[in-house]
Amino acid sequence: MFNLNRPIELTERLPILKPILKSRLFQPALMMITLAGFTLAILTGLLGTPAGNRNFGIVFVWIVWWGLLILVLIPFTGRAWCAACPIPAPGEWLQRRGIINRTRGRLSSMRWRWPRRFRNMWLQNFGFLSMAIFSTIILTRPAVTAWVLLGFILIGIVLSILYENRVFCRYVCPVGGFIGLYSMVSPMALRVRDPQVCVDHKTKDCVTGNANGYGCPWMLYPGKLERNAYCGMCMECIKTCPHDNIVINLSAPGGDLLVAKERKLDEAYKAFIMLACALMYSAVLLGPWGWLKGWANMNTLPHWLLYAAGFLLVNLVGLPGLFYLTTAVARRLAGQQAPTKRLFIDYAYTLIPLGLAAWVAFSFGFVLINGSYALATASDPFGWGWNLFGTADAPWTPLGSGWVPFLQTGVLTIGLLFSTNIGYKIARQHSQTHQQAMRALLPLAGFMLLIVLIFLRLYLG
Amino acid sequence: MTTHAMHRSNLLLAGILLLALVWLAFPPATSATTTRHIHLDMTQFEFTPSRIQVNQGDHVIITLTSSDVVHGFYLDGYEIQQRVEPGIPQQIEFVADRSGKFRFRCSVSCGSLHPFMIGELVVASNTSYYGAIGLVSVALAGLLIYLWQFKAEPHEQMPA
Ligand code: SF4
Ligand code: SF4
Ligand SMILES: [Cu+2]
Repeated sequence: MFNLNRPIELTERLPILKPILKSRLFQPALMMITLAGFTLAILTGLLGTPAGNRNFGIVFVWIVWWGLLILVLIPFTGRAWCAACPIPAPGEWLQRRGIINRTRGRLSSMRWRWPRRFRNMWLQNFGFLSMAIFSTIILTRPAVTAWVLLGFILIGIVLSILYENRVFCRYVCPVGGFIGLYSMVSPMALRVRDPQVCVDHKTKDCVTGNANGYGCPWMLYPGKLERNAYCGMCMECIKTCPHDNIVINLSAPGGDLLVAKERKLDEAYKAFIMLACALMYSAVLLGPWGWLKGWANMNTLPHWLLYAAGFLLVNLVGLPGLFYLTTAVARRLAGQQAPTKRLFIDYAYTLIPLGLAAWVAFSFGFVLINGSYALATASDPFGWGWNLFGTADAPWTPLGSGWVPFLQTGVLTIGLLFSTNIGYKIARQHSQTHQQAMRALLPLAGFMLLIVLIFLRLYLG
Repeated sequence: MTTHAMHRSNLLLAGILLLALVWLAFPPATSATTTRHIHLDMTQFEFTPSRIQVNQGDHVIITLTSSDVVHGFYLDGYEIQQRVEPGIPQQIEFVADRSGKFRFRCSVSCGSLHPFMIGELVVASNTSYYGAIGLVSVALAGLLIYLWQFKAEPHEQMPA
């Protein structure tokens, strides 16, 4: 058995990993592949059939990529997707005036300063919400999906002309926000082997860059990394560090959530928004209520406005409000000293594993059922009657329709237990004694049980 | 840990297990099985009625109609599929031998929201639902008891 408190150094266990990650070809190669798929998704979205399930763009973005991201990449590798993501690629290559080799000199950009008040997740929160209220439309219209993707790329390019580094990824990308949030649950992490080496290292090449690589494009100091949230796993620091101090670790999942000094309201709200959205989508998209789908689908504008207002209310006021009350009760019960607002923020991190589990459960509800569309659309991406791989006529074959509810129950149970355990540890940070922490935990666990019961009602009841 | 605290948490455990058992036993006894005739109409993008309740063992006959375009009917778990053209009613028949909630969904591409055109068949007694509620409750209670008993620092004095 291994000791869960000491991370396993993956880069040491798998010696072939380091040379791969150090290769300057590695990241651009991944990006080229995803960029090709991305370009095809935009082209099929704009030019191909408007029938979503016959269109490569819809099927490969919202079923294949989405399924891979939520079911595999985030839970097991954290932000690894961000290393391969095509969205920031054109902007980054422009800044660097090169793709593979390390070009000399500073990044080329206007070098504006990113405003202080936006150095947080709020833009990502509101960006996600403003997409979320249109999600039923985006998800089902290839052209709308294409415009959204194109918009992302364009904003990415513009921001990298104005600002150095990956400002778009770090502060703007609505996808990056929740990947960062949920990456804190993943066991895989980039860290330094020995922090003291970094303290003693005067030139800090990982920040400034050197001949082997660029300074951290995510504007981090790797030597102080304690959480996965904002490291895009680009592997520049692994190339620049002259002391070979950067490693990839496998450690007990969720440890990042216990880093008290990093907890902020913007991240707390990300946790609320994501959980609330999983709940709303489960009702709207997977529920039996045709009228609700009609509202979300903008069949009439007044109904959609009502829907959007309700959606935002649940996200920004309803769920956080209920959680605030829960926190206040926990504080009273346990007689904790910290102000309620502090506890409200800190306890919100309890919801992160459960939120990820909720997204996994929700995604199981349509990814397996509709996964077979990928066969047909791979052969006929535009829906023009092509048959590239001979699979264009593959019929819709729902997978796992009989056991998805059991899968969902299992995932939600794991999420609930994981979250409760984290909840205890966070409560313990605010308590003098074990009993105090247990008393604070009870209302939190009750709140999360309630959420899980609502999900079970939607999925199984 | 003092015997007192042990006693208290054992009581708690017993109470919660009892509750879970009651929950599991809660679903109403299945009434005698019958033949159920149901008319299910499809339009973009919903089924009417959107939720059908039958009892386990019932013989279910569903008449499917479409009021606008070509739709399809696919029943999760039972894997029954039927294409339905407007104006031509179709009939499907099966014995609801599996209990639980099963979604039925449109199986013929019928427009933008087609993948989300979904209805529900509930075959009572819905044991998997009550089982799931029991499972999460017992699991959570188990974890709370575990935390209560084993996370206490050895030097800490339990309340008398
Ligand atoms: S933050 Fe967004 S754009 Fe940046 S790499 Fe991650 S997913 Fe891609
Ligand atoms: S810490 Fe290293 S891997 Fe992470 S974003 Fe910065 S340079 Fe890239
Ligand atoms: Cu249909």
